[in-house]
Amino acid sequence: MMDKKRGKQSYVLPDKPRVTAWASMAGKKEAAGPLGATFDETFEDDTLGEKSWERAESKMLEHVVDMALSKAKIFADSVDLFLGGDLLNQIVSAGYTARSLGIPFLGLYGACSTMAESIMLGSMLIDGGFAHNAVCATCSHFSTAERQYRFPLELGSQRTPSAQWTVTGAGATLLTKDTTHPIAVEAATVGSVYDLKQTDANNMGAAMAPAAMMTLKAHLSDMGRKVSDYDLIVTGDLGHVGYDLMKILCEKEGICLDKRYIDCGCEVFDESQDVHAGGSGCGCSACCLNGWLYGRMLSGEVKRMLFMATGALMSPTMSQQGESIPSVAHAVSLEVV
Amino acid sequence: MRTLKQKKTPAQQEYDALVKQVSPKSEVPWSLVKAFVVGGLICCLGQAFNDLGEKVFMLDKKGVSAFTSMALIFLSALFTGLGVYDKLGQFAGAGSIVPITGFANSIVSPAMEFKREGFVLGVGAKMFVVAGPVLVYGITASVLYGVIYFIVQMIMGG
Repeated sequence: MMDKKRGKQSYVLPDKPRVTAWASMAGKKEAAGPLGATFDETFEDDTLGEKSWERAESKMLEHVVDMALSKAKIFADSVDLFLGGDLLNQIVSAGYTARSLGIPFLGLYGACSTMAESIMLGSMLIDGGFAHNAVCATCSHFSTAERQYRFPLELGSQRTPSAQWTVTGAGATLLTKDTTHPIAVEAATVGSVYDLKQTDANNMGAAMAPAAMMTLKAHLSDMGRKVSDYDLIVTGDLGHVGYDLMKILCEKEGICLDKRYIDCGCEVFDESQDVHAGGSGCGCSACCLNGWLYGRMLSGEVKRMLFMATGALMSPTMSQQGESIPSVAHAVSLEVV
Repeated sequence: MRTLKQKKTPAQQEYDALVKQVSPKSEVPWSLVKAFVVGGLICCLGQAFNDLGEKVFMLDKKGVSAFTSMALIFLSALFTGLGVYDKLGQFAGAGSIVPITGFANSIVSPAMEFKREGFVLGVGAKMFVVAGPVLVYGITASVLYGVIYFIVQMIMGG
């Protein structure tokens, strides 16, 4: 029964569920960033013609799922599962998207780790024989996140230098059993929640870096692998502060992260865009993965990639009550077969 | 933000030190200069309205201060609505928060933001979400000050 489990918290997927199609979408600021050309669609109007930003966010999620399905030339009614979540209270973007799609839905909340969490669960369900295919998607929107977690947009407050900028973007990955496609999910590590008592909600990278290090360490030891077994190790949205901390923390554990380690939060914007410590949000890793990163795998540049999305599991209420920020990171290992 | 009372373990303290070392810091001297210049300019503008009220409109002392505040609040609300004030705030920090214009911005911005939730539960309920604490403690402090002043006057006078 337990023959797919490795070590303490990792799993191998012998059937190697395939990444069949993907799609991404991003806003104006992301389009102007270094990865602008890699998104399937970008948009100028951050309301997407909707009455509110919340509605725009769920429209964006629905649209990336539709795009992924149409690339695979299948209809929503032939998809077994929709796994998704977002940052908003009660994961409404995913819920409302599921309402229009009509695909059986499992809502996930892993904060910004949702992209990795959904791919991990989707591929496990496929590998376990519970589904033939599954669509995994997540999104975030700068304006909805700001009003939920911070201040009104027009308030003239100053952002601290360690603060990150929530990415307006969405990404969807379609996983299937069909082995004709080249990119496979071959292993996964479920992250434990870790907290080094960071309380600054304007320094999420510092809160999440320890969780990312722990998941990476667990993955390597569970799977008996080294950093050099991967061409690319990607974290979700640690940003510049978290990226530096991650490297230091890993070095202390004897894991040397070299040039093959990147962070989506550092890649999605460039320094001239005044985003301080980089990008964040579920959409940050989602729109980087579902275009740019899969593209690099497809072109043969990257053969095996460890994708670790990181999430800070806090809420403004808990922060106001003086609680620290617990964090999690989930890892999926993707390889070209 | 409050911090937890419970003691941190040595590993957590060590991490705190590391975070402090790695995290970028605000450029305090440059921020001070920006805040001073912008805050000063807003006050100069206030002085200009003051002179205008006094010399052109021939208002009395009370009228002048009301006119000055109203003009500044109007401009702040206008520029908040035009989406300019938040950019000024990002640049100037306390320079545009401390003057009365910052207070107006803190009321107009949530009112704009929560319009979509309706006029009662949105605008009405959320309008003072930022300025509320200032009002509560500002008014409380002024009442306390009044009471103390009253007692002191009574003692000194009696």
